[in-house]
Amino acid sequence: MMSAAQSQSVRTGRITRTFIYVFLLVASLFYLLPFFIMLVNSVKPLSEITGGNMMALPQVFTLEPWAAAWSSAQVGVEPTGLRPYFWNSIKMVVPAVFISTVLGALNGYILTKWRFRGDTILFGLMLFSCFIPFQIVLIPMARILGILGLSGSTYGLILVHVVYGIGFSTLYFRNYYAAFPTELVRAAQIDGAGFFQIFRRIMLPSSGPIIVVCVIWQFTNIWNDFLFGASFASGSGAPMTVALNNLVQSSTGVKEYNVHFAGAILAALPTLLVYIVAGRFFVRGLMAGSVKG
Amino acid sequence: MGFLDINNVTKSYGAVEVLHKVDIAVEEGEFLVLVGPSGCGKSTLLNMIAGLEDITSGEIGINGRVVNGVHPSNRNIAMVFQSYALYPNMTVGQNITFGLEMHGVPKPERDKAMNDVAKLLQIEQLLDRKPGQLSGGQRQRVAMGRALVRDPDVFLFDEPLSNLDAKLRVDMRTEIKKLHEKLKTTIVYVTHDQIEAMTLSTRIAVMYEGYVQQLGTPKEIYDTPANLFVATFMGSPAMNIMNAKVVMKDGRPHASLVTSEGGEALLPFSQDNMSEWDDKEVLLGIRPEAITDPDGADRKSSNVVALENRIIVTEPAGSDTFVTTNLGGKDVISRLRADVPVSAGEMFGFAVNMEKAVAFDPATEKRIEG
Ligand SMILES: Nc1ncnc2c1ncn2[C@@H]1O[C@H](COP(=O)(O)OP(=O)(O)OP(=O)(O)O)[C@@H](O)[C@H]1O
Ligand SMILES: [Mg+2]
Repeated sequence: MMSAAQSQSVRTGRITRTFIYVFLLVASLFYLLPFFIMLVNSVKPLSEITGGNMMALPQVFTLEPWAAAWSSAQVGVEPTGLRPYFWNSIKMVVPAVFISTVLGALNGYILTKWRFRGDTILFGLMLFSCFIPFQIVLIPMARILGILGLSGSTYGLILVHVVYGIGFSTLYFRNYYAAFPTELVRAAQIDGAGFFQIFRRIMLPSSGPIIVVCVIWQFTNIWNDFLFGASFASGSGAPMTVALNNLVQSSTGVKEYNVHFAGAILAALPTLLVYIVAGRFFVRGLMAGSVKG
Repeated sequence: MGFLDINNVTKSYGAVEVLHKVDIAVEEGEFLVLVGPSGCGKSTLLNMIAGLEDITSGEIGINGRVVNGVHPSNRNIAMVFQSYALYPNMTVGQNITFGLEMHGVPKPERDKAMNDVAKLLQIEQLLDRKPGQLSGGQRQRVAMGRALVRDPDVFLFDEPLSNLDAKLRVDMRTEIKKLHEKLKTTIVYVTHDQIEAMTLSTRIAVMYEGYVQQLGTPKEIYDTPANLFVATFMGSPAMNIMNAKVVMKDGRPHASLVTSEGGEALLPFSQDNMSEWDDKEVLLGIRPEAITDPDGADRKSSNVVALENRIIVTEPAGSDTFVTTNLGGKDVISRLRADVPVSAGEMFGFAVNMEKAVAFDPATEKRIEG
């Protein structure tokens, strides 16, 4: 294993190596600096921000802004903090990710292993949905949500995100399953497994890496979405992103930057968590697949 | 009517017919091998027996029941795939019992069946491993175990040995044959390897371009091939096909061929009805082992004739020496005993066993019956 890794790595001279490290350092600074500023300023009293250097470490360390952002800051007209909206987002993102991933997996399974006349055209149309800009569907979508009686509700948002997510999740799973040996499906058919049994017992257990990719993609997109949230779920049903905007916009009087920073980090935390947790499995899954055989 | 009845079966993909009116009746306990070059429709036919492909027209019956439209799992067949198709996420044990589980067999019975099969195939120590942790030969055994455990009416094998290295292939071939002799289950076996076909089968169906060219025992296929395709496809090195003219001499039909020196060789036919072809062109087929050195000739044959010809190439192969000459306008391979001293460029006296010679009609390429 070690020797293989060594023989594969490109031999580099000392100067090139130094250059690479410096470049990487600068690049990571570039990305980490904004996060550093957000973090540092979210644990300072407001007076330290308005009166001094944004880059300075806090003289008085306080978690007050975090508490305020979470539970008592003014969001819109209510002093609720971001908490209820955080749960709104969770209630939206978990079912939406789950449903769109499952449907994508089913679609991929059908489009590769249960081929039918016109399946390529259907797949092409689904791919098309990946490229439709959000803005174009706003008004028709609002109409449909109205007809279904789902306007302004979390269910409505789930529906919108599932519909939008299916294109991508189908693409992921179809391409993954296209390389999955059809003989396995045939063997399972002869063994007497039905449509869903084959899916559950044969296909899904081998789909780890692509499930992780799909979940990361969908989670990030749906959690970070602002446009659909602002358009279809205003007021107390709004997701985190919309609430964060309201928090920043709705300051009556003085702008509480420290609270805003804390709120912004709170809004970014779940996607960060998904990357760290799932990303691990992602790499592990890829490695397991490539080494065996 | 056979145990497995393939009755006038055709298969079309859209407008293209890839199998044409295939008719095979397989008796219970037979080992039928479907052999032919790539793309001739072997796998398609096997998949139709399994129920994995629809039958365009005709009927397939298994054990007295027409199975057109019957789901693969309800045909009481088991199949071993070329890639083995072991479920990668399950252990060997789970792979073997998956089919039983799907058929609702209770766990104690499943375990018993699994242990019996594992013992038979000597894979007991592998039961807890995943397929990814097995060698090619072991995977092959597990794939057979998965088929055996179902105790099916018919076993279907699709080129099961083609992914193994040469040595292992020979070993597994013997093992499959032993297994068949022990279990006496009906087997349909697809291969493009004619040696596998000859060694394993009780009967062979030679296929080409969607037609069954000939159906018969290995001996029938080898000694009396129905047409030029079967003659040249079966056997290695292939049967020599030469241009010859039938002439009558001493009241007997002879094949007249041009030798490498431009002279005429006269080889008497064993088939008397060749006299009907007097003065006509035919294609003469003689297998390499029927053109030997005089001491290596078949002593039981009543029709061995001498033939002087010039050697072009010699190829010692250890057990035999293959010698190429020119006869009837074609390169002809003959098979000499290993220690016969021969070298290229020499004249050599061959012994031709004309009892084993066959003739083909040049127009239809069919064998002239005799
Ligand atoms: N789904 C399909 N659509 C159209 N033609 C097909 C399809 N499947 C197979 N064919 C054609 O049917 C013919 C027979 O295919 P088949 O797979 O049975 O060949 P084979 O004898 O098993 O060959 P091989 O030894 O390469 O496996 C081929 O000419 C192939 O191109
Ligand atoms: Mg095939």
